[in-house]
Amino acid sequence: MLSFISRRLVVALPTLLVVIAGSFFLMRAAPGGPFDADAQLEPEVIENLRAAYDLDKPVTEQFLLYMARLLRGDFGPSITYADYTVSELLAIGLPVSVKLGLTAIVVALLFGCLMGIISALNRNRWIDYVTMSIAMTGFAVPAFVVAPVLTLVFGLYLKLLPISGWNDGALQNMVLPVIALALPQIAILSRLTRGSMLEVMRQNYIRTARAKGLPEYKVVAGHALKAVSLPLVSYLGPAIAGIMTGSVIIEQIFGLPGMGRYFIQGALNRDYPLVMGTVIVYATAIILLNLLADVIYGYLDPRVRRE
Amino acid sequence: MGFLTQRRDRQLAAMQAAGRTVGRSLWQDALRRFMANKVAMGSVIVLLLISFMAIFAPLLSPHSMEDFYWEYILVPPTLENGHWFGTDSNGRDMFVRTFYGARVSLTIGVMTTAVALLIGVTWGSVAGFFGGRIDNFMMRIVDVLYALPLLFFIIILVTVFGRNIYLVFIGIGAVEWLTMSRIVRGQTLSVKQKEYVEAARAIGLSNLVIVRRHVVPNIVGPVIVFVTLLIPTTILVESYLSFLGLGVQEPMTSWGTLISQGAANIDTGPWLLLIPGTFLAITLFCFNFIGDGLRDALDPEGR
Repeated sequence: MLSFISRRLVVALPTLLVVIAGSFFLMRAAPGGPFDADAQLEPEVIENLRAAYDLDKPVTEQFLLYMARLLRGDFGPSITYADYTVSELLAIGLPVSVKLGLTAIVVALLFGCLMGIISALNRNRWIDYVTMSIAMTGFAVPAFVVAPVLTLVFGLYLKLLPISGWNDGALQNMVLPVIALALPQIAILSRLTRGSMLEVMRQNYIRTARAKGLPEYKVVAGHALKAVSLPLVSYLGPAIAGIMTGSVIIEQIFGLPGMGRYFIQGALNRDYPLVMGTVIVYATAIILLNLLADVIYGYLDPRVRRE
Repeated sequence: MGFLTQRRDRQLAAMQAAGRTVGRSLWQDALRRFMANKVAMGSVIVLLLISFMAIFAPLLSPHSMEDFYWEYILVPPTLENGHWFGTDSNGRDMFVRTFYGARVSLTIGVMTTAVALLIGVTWGSVAGFFGGRIDNFMMRIVDVLYALPLLFFIIILVTVFGRNIYLVFIGIGAVEWLTMSRIVRGQTLSVKQKEYVEAARAIGLSNLVIVRRHVVPNIVGPVIVFVTLLIPTTILVESYLSFLGLGVQEPMTSWGTLISQGAANIDTGPWLLLIPGTFLAITLFCFNFIGDGLRDALDPEGR
């Protein structure tokens, strides 16, 4: 198991390097810069600003300087939020996004698996059709349509929940964003679970378990679930990526002070250090969580480890 | 002698006829199963209708998509003044705009899927067929790319290089081929290990023939299914970008752009969100039903 994890880590580091180098040079390759919008500034002032952010040096030198700082854990100063360093902004945004994302993924896993198992066990009965219709709706109606509709119904018409704001992660502020974020994943997870469950229930060892006279719940919980969970675990990586990209839009719609907002603001304003900082955090999270999913998969299915 | 050749010819003809029907009937069976699937056929019809409207709606409506009707601002849908889907906050006709958006969204969906298809099938089949070190190397690259937050790259790409619709095409297409390549590779690998391929090798058929006769027909099914599921995904990604204001730009419009404008006016004009949102959802629904129908039709065992 240890060698399996270390082999994965060996791939993870270059991946992160690709991300850093890719986004760094991508941004520098484009014409224009972060101070284009400040037309009222004197040319000398802009020169000084560029020098202050190392933007006057050749790109490769900038990259080496950036990497050197990054290794010391320093993301550099933000350009748009002039009084903040990127690390300070990340310290504000990261907890919000993590709390939102984790809640959403837990909710999605819980409801997705439950719905999938229930509908597989009641295949082609009304409950199967109902859950799968809900799943289809969740898949076909994107989060950025669901979210405004939710705010309209629960916020403006019924006045039950706040339509925006974070309020230090109070429960009533979390409900709508989490639903909007989890819904597409619930849809996919429940369909995956259903398909996998149907597949597993056809296997010989399930027939054997039944033939031994085990009650149905033991057949499901004791024999089927572990096999059912395999495709779910391998979907965990894409699900996490989906939640992260989804949260960019959800944070925008609900006005939450998370990472997504800083990323979009940074990209729009050519705030190089801020974009780099957010992308690095996103990428690290995705890579680590994928690694975790791989490890879980390897634990569940020992064949994978030896590959 | 003549009698013998006659009989052999007749047998051959019978065998050929039988062989042809067997060869064709796999696909014919699939087609028949698909046609019998009411949901899938209904979806095909609905999609055709939406595509038809996307092409011809501007001709059916008396309004054009860029006309501003200052006396009709944020008018709800009605049959009276010719604004069947209402107007937006600039007094533009939503009927024409919705179907113009359909045009852009569907085009982007199909074009980007074509890009992804091309890259994915080539990459996956090469890796799967050659196997060994080449496969290992190519799939490691896919693994690395898989782990990247690629949508963030597209966002950086379009914010930094300007919001160009072709950039959106290429960006999304370059991202979405990964799963396709994995499917094709897996399928190729599994076909390669089948006894009939070994038999084909044993009688000395070349790689090219094996690929054409055995590998490709086995790949086509899953690829078609995945394509019908990839089109809605790419439409969704484009809407996502447009919703953030990074995709299609004024005066052009797409469903994502319309939904974004609708979300901004959700309290004063809910129809601005609901109409394009509904069309987007219906389209995604249809593609998914067609994909499911094709999967069931092409793989009867899986039912």
